[in-house]
Amino acid sequence: MRPNDILLHSVTKIATFIILTFSIYLFFAGHHNPGGGFIGGLATASVVVLLFLAFDVETVKKYLPLDFQLMTALGVLLAVLTGVGSFFFDAPFLSQTFDYFELPIFGEVELATAVLFDIGVAMAVIGTAVTIILSISEAD
Amino acid sequence: MSWIHIMILLPFIYAILVPFLYKLYSHKLHTGWFVMPIPVIIFIYLLQYITPISSGEKIYTTLAWMPSLGINFTTNVDGLSLIFGLLITGIGALVILYSIYYMAKKREALHNFYIYLLLFMGAMLGLVFSDNIFVLYVFWEITSISSFLLIAYWYQRPKSRYGAQKSMLITIFGGLAMLAGFIMLSMMTGTNSVQEIISQMNDVTSGPLFVPAMLLTLLGAFTKSAQFPFSIWLPDAMEAPTPISAYLHSATMVKAGIYLVARFTPVFGGAVEWFWIVSVVGMITMIWGSFYAVKQTDLKALLAYSTISQLGLIMSLLGLGSASMAFGFTEESAMYTVATGAAMFHLINHATFKGSLFMVVGIIDYETGTRDIRRLGGLMTIMPISFTLSIIGGFAMAGLPPFNGFLSKEMFFTSVLRASELPIFSMETFGIMFPVIAWVASVFTFVYCMILIFRTFAGKHQPERLEKKAHEAPVGMLIPPIVLSSLVVIIFFFPNIIGQSLLKPSLAAILPGFTQDGAFEFITKIEAWHGFNTELFMTIGIVIFGTLLYLSHKKWSSVFYTLPEWFSLNSVYNAALEKSETVARGITNNYMTGFIRDYLVYIFAFFSIALLTCVWVLKGVSLDISNNAPISIYEVILVIGIVISALGVLFSKSRLTAIISVGALGYIIALLFVIFRAPDLALTQLIVETVTVALFLLCFYHLPEFKKEHSRVRFRITNLIISLGVGITVTLLALSAQGNKLFEPISSYFENSYELAGARNMVNAILVDFRGFDTLLEILVLSVAGLGVYTLIKLRKQGSGTNETE
Repeated sequence: MRPNDILLHSVTKIATFIILTFSIYLFFAGHHNPGGGFIGGLATASVVVLLFLAFDVETVKKYLPLDFQLMTALGVLLAVLTGVGSFFFDAPFLSQTFDYFELPIFGEVELATAVLFDIGVAMAVIGTAVTIILSISEAD
Repeated sequence: MSWIHIMILLPFIYAILVPFLYKLYSHKLHTGWFVMPIPVIIFIYLLQYITPISSGEKIYTTLAWMPSLGINFTTNVDGLSLIFGLLITGIGALVILYSIYYMAKKREALHNFYIYLLLFMGAMLGLVFSDNIFVLYVFWEITSISSFLLIAYWYQRPKSRYGAQKSMLITIFGGLAMLAGFIMLSMMTGTNSVQEIISQMNDVTSGPLFVPAMLLTLLGAFTKSAQFPFSIWLPDAMEAPTPISAYLHSATMVKAGIYLVARFTPVFGGAVEWFWIVSVVGMITMIWGSFYAVKQTDLKALLAYSTISQLGLIMSLLGLGSASMAFGFTEESAMYTVATGAAMFHLINHATFKGSLFMVVGIIDYETGTRDIRRLGGLMTIMPISFTLSIIGGFAMAGLPPFNGFLSKEMFFTSVLRASELPIFSMETFGIMFPVIAWVASVFTFVYCMILIFRTFAGKHQPERLEKKAHEAPVGMLIPPIVLSSLVVIIFFFPNIIGQSLLKPSLAAILPGFTQDGAFEFITKIEAWHGFNTELFMTIGIVIFGTLLYLSHKKWSSVFYTLPEWFSLNSVYNAALEKSETVARGITNNYMTGFIRDYLVYIFAFFSIALLTCVWVLKGVSLDISNNAPISIYEVILVIGIVISALGVLFSKSRLTAIISVGALGYIIALLFVIFRAPDLALTQLIVETVTVALFLLCFYHLPEFKKEHSRVRFRITNLIISLGVGITVTLLALSAQGNKLFEPISSYFENSYELAGARNMVNAILVDFRGFDTLLEILVLSVAGLGVYTLIKLRKQGSGTNETE
């Protein structure tokens, strides 16, 4: 019989968004400030873990229907593909490039292919972390 | 590719066809009939070389194999190799004919038999004809392997397997030693061709590798030719089918060592070591073999020991003959070449009479079901042809006229008598040994020959002790020994045919320095009667003493049993084999304990000992602290914190404390990253440390209930020493490396990360751009770890059902 942890639930609902925002910030800040795919990914994973802790695993899976192993694989695939992509421009494997663009809302924005690679890293990290924790918690 | 190459490779190629022929025709026709043409063809092919070879020609052909390594299939047909080639193919054809009647068509796996036999024949041909030492080695090992397969032909019998293993171990041991000797020779001369080595040898005879190369090459020859003390494999090889014993272990393979010694006489001969080692080992082998042959009660064992003894005789003759080279190639040294001539002559003679004797023994075994002398007897009237054949073979072996053994024995005595008068190699003092030993060994040879003939065929017939009713063998089985025996007689009456056509060119190959015509004049006048001389009286003495010893054999045969059973070379071999196994097992069991802690002790001890020795030898410690940054108060505090939590891990009583201490250690390190201005590292370290501690707690929670110990880490003095050693090593190396920077760091390049990669975060730029490949593989590692955890847990839960440990 689970105790009635309404406080935990309420706090989780708010904290989830804060942490998620922070982790997304960490991810995008990584290019110029401390952060990046690895830390951003781990922080995102911690959001999922917090949800697991506060609610039931089944509940979370119902509202967050993500296959985390697939996510890991897709992350690694994305990272590899960004490397392969450089072949289309006659560049060595994993050559990154960047440029500045004028976008309608954001003004001048720097877009770098390294971010794509970093997304792969983040997905792999999230997938792995959640897979490990889920497997162990379901082990019993 | 010339014809001679095709002829050498023909047995190998044909061996591929044998299983198909066996499968298709074995129910109609004995497979041996298909194989027999091969040696006949090669024999006829080789016959045509006699004329050019005896007129002094040399036929030299090359087939490129590995030209860049100087390893080519070069063949050299000269007198020496031609003798061997004719023996191999001639006796090979006879043995195959014999085996057609000996090996039953229905019971035996004939395709195996003939494949092994053809492999052996081809290897033997390649061995004697190849001029390249490494190709020679290749064929040498193929003879060892095919002989191994043939000895264990009846692999269901433990004794066959034992004999095969023994011969394999001994001959391969010698073969490898020989390879080392060959490599030394090739290093000294820069060539792999025997003929070129011979032509260059004068320059390097004094080289430092001369004696090692000689000893190693001799080791190969002695193991193959069953010389003392490596002769022990030959009696055990008698478990092979009798055609094999006749072919391999009397006529061909055991003479490979003789061939090697003869072939390398121009290289090593003339050295005092060569003379003494070859002739003394040969003498010892001869007397030892002939002495033990008298003891045997099994006919094949008797023949095996007699083979050993005869090989010793040939070997010692080759040693004595090499004395002629020590004098240079002068007129007076030519008188010592008679020993080499006798060796080659006896080689041929031995192959004829020993092959025939083995076949006769095989017939006796086949027709009576036993080879035991004590059960045989009185077969004279039942098997008259076999009796005649064994008289011819036996008397030839004993050295009696009118058989060819008499001639070579006389030449043998001439050689030892002349050798005993050698004015060099301190033969003035030891020289007299040779005729004495030779004579005594010949007496024993006479005795066992008489035992072989008369114990088997004379005396009382005991049909009740035989497994079959004895009668004469089929004609096909008798033809090969009849051919060989007629050769025994023919050679006696017309020795000079062989002398001129084969012996003379072979001597020219063994002793190439003798160019003048008179050097080998004894070859032309081999004749049975040469007046009343010492050799003849020695033979008469042998007959008299031998007869006396044979008649009184029962009275003194107990002398063989005075020596205890363990006092033999065989028991030394067995004990050495067993001992090496137990010792090796003991050593392995001692250090392969199965405990990871022991292996870690080895690894860490090796790590610190090796590195500290290097540091000490290279004088690598230099503690230069001039470039070090000043130490701030925060760093001191953090380091104290690290030390305290590390000690907490070591001395904690419970695991929970240890885990918390590890966590504290991790967080302090994160702080250290903060004050060393590594924000990315600090962030990652914080999160990873949290996850790790959580996982540790999970593991801790799941420890089994029983035997849960809350004791502290047990103290072991070795662990203390080794951990201190590792710590000291790492500290010393880190400090030395830190104080001695060889070049400027390359980090200034990464400082341009904004210009180069468009990123102000240099760490991230390195991770995803400059060194993105590392990151790619790291996330791969991470995902593999995740999948590993998943599969470990999921598969355990489902249970695959096939647990390997059960």
